[in-house]
Amino acid sequence: MLNFLARRIAQIVPTLFFVSVLIFSLQQLLPGDPALVMAGEERDPAVIAQIRQQYRLDRPLPVQYAWWIKGVLSGDFGESLRIKVPVRELIAQKLPVTLQLASMAILIAFLIGIPAGIVSAVKKGTAWDYGANLFALWGISTPNFWLGIMLIFLFSIELGWLPASGYVPLGEDWRASLAATIMPAFVLGNAIAAILMRHTRSAMLQVLESDYVRTARAKGLLERTVILKHAMRNALTPVITLGALELGTLLSGAVLTEQIFSIPGFGKLIVDAVFNRDYAVVQGVVLVTATIYIVLNLVADIAYILVNPRLRG
Amino acid sequence: MKKIRLAATAAALLLSLGTAVQAQTTLRIGLAEDPDILDPSMARTYVGRIVFSAFCDKLFDIDEKLNIVPQLALSQETSADGKTLTIKLRPGAKFHDGEPFDAEAAKFSLERHLTFPGSFRKPELASLDHVEVVDPLTIKLVLKSPFSPLLAQLTDRAGMMVSPKAAKAEGDKFGLHPVCAGPYKFVERVQQDRIVFEKFADYWNKDNVFIDKVVFQPIVDATVRLANLKSGGLDLIERVLATDIKDVRADSRLKLSTAIELGYQGITLNIGKDKAKGPLSQSAKVRQALDWSIDREAINQVVFNGEFKPGNQWVNPDHPYYQSAFPVHGRDIAKAKALLKEAGVTPPVSVDFMVPKGAETEAVAQVVQSMAAEAGFDMKIRVTEFATSLKQAEAGEYQAFMLAWSGRIDPDGNAYVFLHSNAPQNYSAWVNADADKALDDARLVSDMAQRKAIYGKLAKVELDEHAILYIYHRRIIIAHTTRLEGYKQMPDGLVRVVGLKLK
Repeated sequence: MLNFLARRIAQIVPTLFFVSVLIFSLQQLLPGDPALVMAGEERDPAVIAQIRQQYRLDRPLPVQYAWWIKGVLSGDFGESLRIKVPVRELIAQKLPVTLQLASMAILIAFLIGIPAGIVSAVKKGTAWDYGANLFALWGISTPNFWLGIMLIFLFSIELGWLPASGYVPLGEDWRASLAATIMPAFVLGNAIAAILMRHTRSAMLQVLESDYVRTARAKGLLERTVILKHAMRNALTPVITLGALELGTLLSGAVLTEQIFSIPGFGKLIVDAVFNRDYAVVQGVVLVTATIYIVLNLVADIAYILVNPRLRG
Repeated sequence: MKKIRLAATAAALLLSLGTAVQAQTTLRIGLAEDPDILDPSMARTYVGRIVFSAFCDKLFDIDEKLNIVPQLALSQETSADGKTLTIKLRPGAKFHDGEPFDAEAAKFSLERHLTFPGSFRKPELASLDHVEVVDPLTIKLVLKSPFSPLLAQLTDRAGMMVSPKAAKAEGDKFGLHPVCAGPYKFVERVQQDRIVFEKFADYWNKDNVFIDKVVFQPIVDATVRLANLKSGGLDLIERVLATDIKDVRADSRLKLSTAIELGYQGITLNIGKDKAKGPLSQSAKVRQALDWSIDREAINQVVFNGEFKPGNQWVNPDHPYYQSAFPVHGRDIAKAKALLKEAGVTPPVSVDFMVPKGAETEAVAQVVQSMAAEAGFDMKIRVTEFATSLKQAEAGEYQAFMLAWSGRIDPDGNAYVFLHSNAPQNYSAWVNADADKALDDARLVSDMAQRKAIYGKLAKVELDEHAILYIYHRRIIIAHTTRLEGYKQMPDGLVRVVGLKLK
């Protein structure tokens, strides 16, 4: 186990190095000149030349990379070209927001997706099954922006129950915070719930036909005990891994949903940064999300091993 | 008895406290973008200017008719040779940190704009040689050469005054905690979420400030911005879509406030840098043909429900500097075809038409495309992301480029940088001695009638040569709840908060 962990952690370092080189060089391929974008409407050549010099945009790429990576290693991700705020501070500001939204979304997804999947597997071929499948199809095929705007119209304008957009930190006022994030969390969770439901359903169907379930039934156990205690446990392992991966994706920011509900999270940060060619912010955010993703993957692997002793080898 | 009286007093006190809390009024304003840095020397976005007007007063301001009126200044006088500008300052004004606003502070602010590394105000104040303190409430601006648009520059960011103490202490981080002399003072900013201001108790015009707090919230999606206004989450929103006007008018709880913008929307035609040397760049007649093929009023009707204003010059038809001798003309396909024939060109004339991404610009481009097609043009629309399009425009990698300008108060700001042969944003690479002379001459005189006559000469050559085909002027559309009273829209599109009341 320790051996495995050490090997996995050793792999993280070159992976992150590769990611950092990739982000740095890929965004240089973005057309458009950051100095020109920064200058906005005041495109005076002298001012633009000064910006280039100030942010070392006039130096060769490897030099720029070396400056950046040197900073990153000492915990300094640089400074936003556009607003002069340290990137580290921006990340610290947005990460809790995205974390909250992602956790709520994944919770909603599990709460809807797993029961729906189980019910449709157990009641296969009945109206329940068709209903759950219909729901899954709807969840997968409904665009986030459309569902978001519809929810705003219903709950904010017509009923006036929830704020249409904006964000309140959890620590400031938890009720207001939940009110502000429940709609975007539902929009995100809904799509994932549909995927989870489909996977739960097929895993359950497979397990329900297996020998040990037949044995359990033959022993005369209650059907409820057979499903919840024996079948569900085994069926859920792959579903939980899938959920962990979906959580990783959510943490890299839900661009469209954040835009619609004006949630100041990672997605909004990175989109604004790309359009403004705010390189330092793009680099910092991508590096952090890549790290989160890699770590989550590792955690999922470890969890898998803990759950399934056969993999320990 | 004593106890009862005590209880009554306590209750009354509590009640009054309660009403005091309730009386706290907050104006919530929805912005279309997240502003850049809030340092008047380094800021460069339109949306940032909206925020500045709540907390950073300028030497001068404008009124609804574009007259320049004093703000932190009291009066100004330009010398007969146009080389000095003497400004008397408002006595008793203070910065948010309690520092006095005086001649030294004004000199400091102007010099900071002029010399601070990375200042975007340098080109705007380039005519300024130095600033002298005449007495504690008078400054004298000494110019390198006469430059009549200077006064108009001082109605915008170049005229914003900052606290010398705070600016020296904060350096290039001043924009994170800006200290100015406006009606509201900065409280906090959460990137992409909100910028909060509270009433400044020592403001020079405090008797006209009625709202306690102002909060700006960037909400990018126009539909969502409007939804927030309707649900009561916001009190005022900027940049309402022209297509949403009907919806706002139908809602009895909302009110519209509009003005025609100072800027313009046009198509820059590549004259001097066209590598392919297409007919459009080689012949003024071909450009005139394109001009005659376009029906500006129809574009306004089709794309904007008739809410915008068709135009053909760098200022809108209501502007004091509009040349009414050259009105917007209609469409004449026969004339356009004849011009192409005269130019010796056989249709279809293929044109690489670069269009920055955006629903409005793309829609206009498509209408122009189909109109021009009837005259014999094949406008090949190439939708390009904005940052990329600018780079390509600089390199001359286009033949026609849909480009907007947000506009300046003085006509010089709308014309010089785009039309003068040496100007940085002359993407058309148009070189015309008469135009250069008119643009230079207009900077030397202050008298409006004289300047207007000079710009008349420019209009004549530009409308003949068409470095830019001016198409229309947008309407600045602000919507607010009927709870908000006293709102007036100024042509610069900014939201002025002094004098506003919330019911």
